[in-house]
Amino acid sequence: MANVTLRSVRKTYPGGFEAIKGVDVDVGDGQFCVLVGPSGCGKSTLLRMVAGLETVTGGEIDIGGRIVNQVEPADRDIAMVFQNYALYPHMSVYNNMAYGLRNRGMAEAEIKSRVEEAARVLELSPMLERKPRQLSGGQRQRVAMGRAIVRQPKVFLFDEPLSNLDAKLRIAMRVEIRKLQRRLNTTSIYVTHDQLEAMTLADILVVMNGGQVEQVGNPLAIYEKPATTFVASFIGAPPMNLMSTRPEEIKSQLGGSASDVGILGIRPEDFVITDQTPAGGVALPLTVEAIERVGAETFVYGSREQEEQRVAATPGELPPGEIIVRIPGTEAPAIGAKIRVAAVRAKLHLFSGDGRTRIEA
Amino acid sequence: MQKQAIFQSKLLPYALVAPQLAIVLIFFYWPALQAVIQSFLLQDAFGLSTSFVWFDNYLELLKDRAYFEAIVRTFFFSFAIAVSSLSFALLLAVMADKPLRGSMLYRTLLIWPYAVAPPVVGVLWIFMLHPSLGVLSRYLRALGIDWNPMLDGDQAAALIILAAAWKQISYNFLFFLAGLQSIPRSVLEAAAIDGARPMRRFWTVTFPLLSPTIFFLLVVNIVYAFFDTFGIIDTMTRGGPGTSTVTLVYKVYSDGLLGGNLGSSAAQSVILMIMVIVLTGIQFRFVERKVTY
Repeated sequence: MANVTLRSVRKTYPGGFEAIKGVDVDVGDGQFCVLVGPSGCGKSTLLRMVAGLETVTGGEIDIGGRIVNQVEPADRDIAMVFQNYALYPHMSVYNNMAYGLRNRGMAEAEIKSRVEEAARVLELSPMLERKPRQLSGGQRQRVAMGRAIVRQPKVFLFDEPLSNLDAKLRIAMRVEIRKLQRRLNTTSIYVTHDQLEAMTLADILVVMNGGQVEQVGNPLAIYEKPATTFVASFIGAPPMNLMSTRPEEIKSQLGGSASDVGILGIRPEDFVITDQTPAGGVALPLTVEAIERVGAETFVYGSREQEEQRVAATPGELPPGEIIVRIPGTEAPAIGAKIRVAAVRAKLHLFSGDGRTRIEA
Repeated sequence: MQKQAIFQSKLLPYALVAPQLAIVLIFFYWPALQAVIQSFLLQDAFGLSTSFVWFDNYLELLKDRAYFEAIVRTFFFSFAIAVSSLSFALLLAVMADKPLRGSMLYRTLLIWPYAVAPPVVGVLWIFMLHPSLGVLSRYLRALGIDWNPMLDGDQAAALIILAAAWKQISYNFLFFLAGLQSIPRSVLEAAAIDGARPMRRFWTVTFPLLSPTIFFLLVVNIVYAFFDTFGIIDTMTRGGPGTSTVTLVYKVYSDGLLGGNLGSSAAQSVILMIMVIVLTGIQFRFVERKVTY
């Protein structure tokens, strides 16, 4: 049981590349913290620094009230689950789980009881004598989990543990991990690039980009009030619609002090198809370009008739001028139809022109 | 699923393998067949008459004390060469595997000795350890060691083992380095987090995971020590002093070409041939199944 606190942690590689540019995160005892961000944002590096597998260039890493910058991984009292599981291929499932305990000189009887208990919880009891190569992906994943929990460490570290599993298994294991963590009540740090995984698992969500923390907080709070356009488009699927606007236009429509507003964001689910314009809200005329029906909901892709360009927050986003609208059910306008969508004032997100600041008007 | 090429003509595939087959037949099977035939023949001292003697040459060998000694010596040499060059190469590979500055240069330099031909290796070491000319010999004598491999059979054997092992280190190093690099880094990291110190990590994770490589190299090194040390022995000691560095292969050469006993020499080479077949058989069997870990 321990807090994990990162204080202005930095990592610069010998080549001069700055992977982590000063990160402050405080994970409370027993909390589940998820680091999320696109690949290359430094989230894995940060996790490996907490594990002691990467050196710390600057700042402090504090686990349970002890600065561990110079402490060997073995002495940090942590356990880590790797993306490729990193099981010992020449050892049986039992020995894989027992290895860490034997290294610490635990009595065989105690090891046996701990491993068997973990195997029971993870439903691995019938395969204790098997080698990792005789197991399926999901079973290997559970062995990796088992290896972590038998140690009863202060902190669990997960490095994209589910990304090698197929979609169905991923969801099942996600739920399992969360249940297990709740039961053991062990402080956990979990790295993923999957925003859905991040939203569902996290007590505290840390959104990272380019070696920096964009936003820290409760996942729903982040979803409802993204601090930057990066967070706005990264959290939530499909991503938030972002449009560049002229301040005076916003001012006239919304009033208040929205003088430096440059970007307007509206989530796809916050639009309704209507002919009316809600007071203080916005309305957009659209031409329907494409329809995606996924059963419970339908996505309408429309292009705006104005010449205003949609601002792409990150490369690879939707083409400029395209707006996604999410509507429940399967009823949808025809392709080519002219529609009008509107969003109420409370659902508008305003950002500064560079997208770095959220503006509460 | 195996890839299979489909040929239109039935002759073309045969034509394509013909050159390789011709080389194998002319340079491997024909001499081997000749050796087998020769091993059943006995020539008189002047080469005037030859008679077919069935297995007499082989039976002679079994009774020959010198041949028995050569067998023991060859196995001892093989064992000593394989163990010393494997362990030293592994040590070097483990050190080269670390991300150090200049590791590329270090690796390249370590691979060089492999390009040196065995006789040259022999000459090289003789230059350093010759009792009267050798640079190192002076130091050895200064340390109070009566160094004279020209007279002392054990020292001569040590010299052969040293030179032969040295040459093989490069080859072993290369395979060990590749083997080490194929071990996923995360497995070693997991072991580090699991509380295994570097030495324990090596013996409980790295070494077992290298076992297929070690087994492969063991067979290769034994074959090397059996056969390819001929050039080294011939340049360094010529089997001497006495017969203290005569291995099975060197005995084939000295009995046949120097001693003129072609029948016995041929019988010895047939026995060697069988040994190679057995060794290769073992290797194939295990390489295919893989050493399971």
